[in-house]
Amino acid sequence: MLEVERLSAGYGAHQVLWDVSIRVGDNEVVALLGPNGSGKSTLMNAISRLVERFDGEIRFNGIALHELPPYRLLRVGLSHVLERHRLFPYMTVLENLQLGAGPGASRALIQRGLERAYALFPRLKERAKQLAGSLSGGEQQMCAIARGLMSEPRLLLVDEPFIGLSPHMRAEVTEAIRRINAEGVAILLIEQNVPVALAMSHRAYILREGRVVLTGPSAELAAGDKVQKAFLGRLNPAEAPAGNAA
Amino acid sequence: MSDQLIAQLVVSGLGMGFIFALIAIGLTLIYGVMEVVNFAHGEFLMIGMYASYLAYVTWGADPVVSLPFIALLMFVFGVAVYYLLIRRVLTGSMHAQIFATFGLMVFLQAAAQFFMGADYFAIQNSWLSGVITIGDVVLPMPQIAAVVGASLATLLLYALVFRTSLGRQLRAAAQDAQAASTLGINPSTMYALAWGFGSACVGVAASLLSNFYYVFPRVGAVFVLLAYVAVALGGFGSIHGALVAGLLIGLLQVAMGFFVSSELKFVPVYMLYLAVVLLRPRGLFGRM
Ligand SMILES: Nc1ncnc2c1ncn2[C@@H]1O[C@H](COP(=O)(O)OP(=O)(O)O)[C@@H](O)[C@H]1O
Ligand SMILES: [Mg+2]
Repeated sequence: MLEVERLSAGYGAHQVLWDVSIRVGDNEVVALLGPNGSGKSTLMNAISRLVERFDGEIRFNGIALHELPPYRLLRVGLSHVLERHRLFPYMTVLENLQLGAGPGASRALIQRGLERAYALFPRLKERAKQLAGSLSGGEQQMCAIARGLMSEPRLLLVDEPFIGLSPHMRAEVTEAIRRINAEGVAILLIEQNVPVALAMSHRAYILREGRVVLTGPSAELAAGDKVQKAFLGRLNPAEAPAGNAA
Repeated sequence: MSDQLIAQLVVSGLGMGFIFALIAIGLTLIYGVMEVVNFAHGEFLMIGMYASYLAYVTWGADPVVSLPFIALLMFVFGVAVYYLLIRRVLTGSMHAQIFATFGLMVFLQAAAQFFMGADYFAIQNSWLSGVITIGDVVLPMPQIAAVVGASLATLLLYALVFRTSLGRQLRAAAQDAQAASTLGINPSTMYALAWGFGSACVGVAASLLSNFYYVFPRVGAVFVLLAYVAVALGGFGSIHGALVAGLLIGLLQVAMGFFVSSELKFVPVYMLYLAVVLLRPRGLFGRM
């Protein structure tokens, strides 16, 4: 479904990602792990074309994403829930959700999306007429995920949906992500908490200093101490063969 | 003090107020969506007024008839200014943006002077000239037209911005362009539309104004300074704020001009402005 090949990207002269290759298969949940500043968000933003690509390719169901402007991605079936939710604070929950369906969305698509959103997060229905900026942190994150689903994407990128949430909210969002995946949406997930991320995903990539240093099935990674080593930098990037990425 | 006098003052205050408001709404719409101040905004007004005057003397088209066409013309002009000039300096420094619209102002004034000369032109005997008599109250027709026309235009703009899908996209791009782009919205298209709609507002104001005000190359400065005050008073980027502040300024200057002295008519406006800037720098209202 999504294939990132030897991607190098960054900000102007500041290169952040070096030769990163990852893939997400149909129906998969893939976790992106790594210490703060290791380039997880940069990778996700490069996939959705918000960060400049220096080299490499990004393909999504055969489409060369790296040739498209960011506002074209929604239509090919990719949706990105940005870090820190990025709702439009001076618009209502309903308006945020409507926008999620994309420009020119049919009434039917919006209606279907709203029903799905309210089924997933019932409290959004109660808050529909409230300004998004007035919601609690957890509700905002829920609204952002629901907004990301409005366009009925085939792949959802979610950047740290649990940050600042109460344990109760975490459980609710975790359950929602599971249900979204069960409905056939592939998910690429960034999450700081290693055990949580590994428990939720089929496979995982560990980034360090802008390179993939470890990858494998989440269950295997959860068992050993390799992830810990990778975080601490005791795993040399050279030891992680590029073939592992595919 | 008679009812008739009060009615006249209110009507001419609101007439000017709605004109200020419409100019200010155009300005604040552009600023609200992309945080660029259009220093050539007054010159857009000037172009609209010349267009209205020329349509009248060339084809005999009354301002009432030419109004929608002038709004359309200014819409296209605004979009063109965005694509040909503003888009090119967006990635540059703040100074580049200021000098771009400031340079446009100087250029448009010089161009008007070159093509039309420095003379004052006015439309004589338009349909909306003269007065209207209701009972024993005599009211100036052009000001009433300004109130009616500008409030209709404002209503239309409100409906567009706050009730349509396109308006939602505009506000989304205004609040977070990057997040908007992940939702399929091309921010550049929204910026172009903001310039288009903002300029169309000025076009409507220009057309209404041409019923009772003369046009000359520097006419923009007369009105746009107060529109800037209205924008700052109302809060940069706030459409509600620009509307309320524009009306307030219109009424205030007419009242001051009548009761005290017409030389001092702008004094309370600027005093109010200073008070708001000192006590509540972000203006009366927040962002759009
Ligand atoms: N907008 C930006 N401009 C310049 N550098 C940035 C920007 N965003 C992130 N960076 C840099 O890129 C690196 C990776 O950051 P990021 O991708 O946010 O890491 P993570 O999401 O893994 O915490 C950091 O060194 C950070 O300073
Ligand atoms: Mg991050």
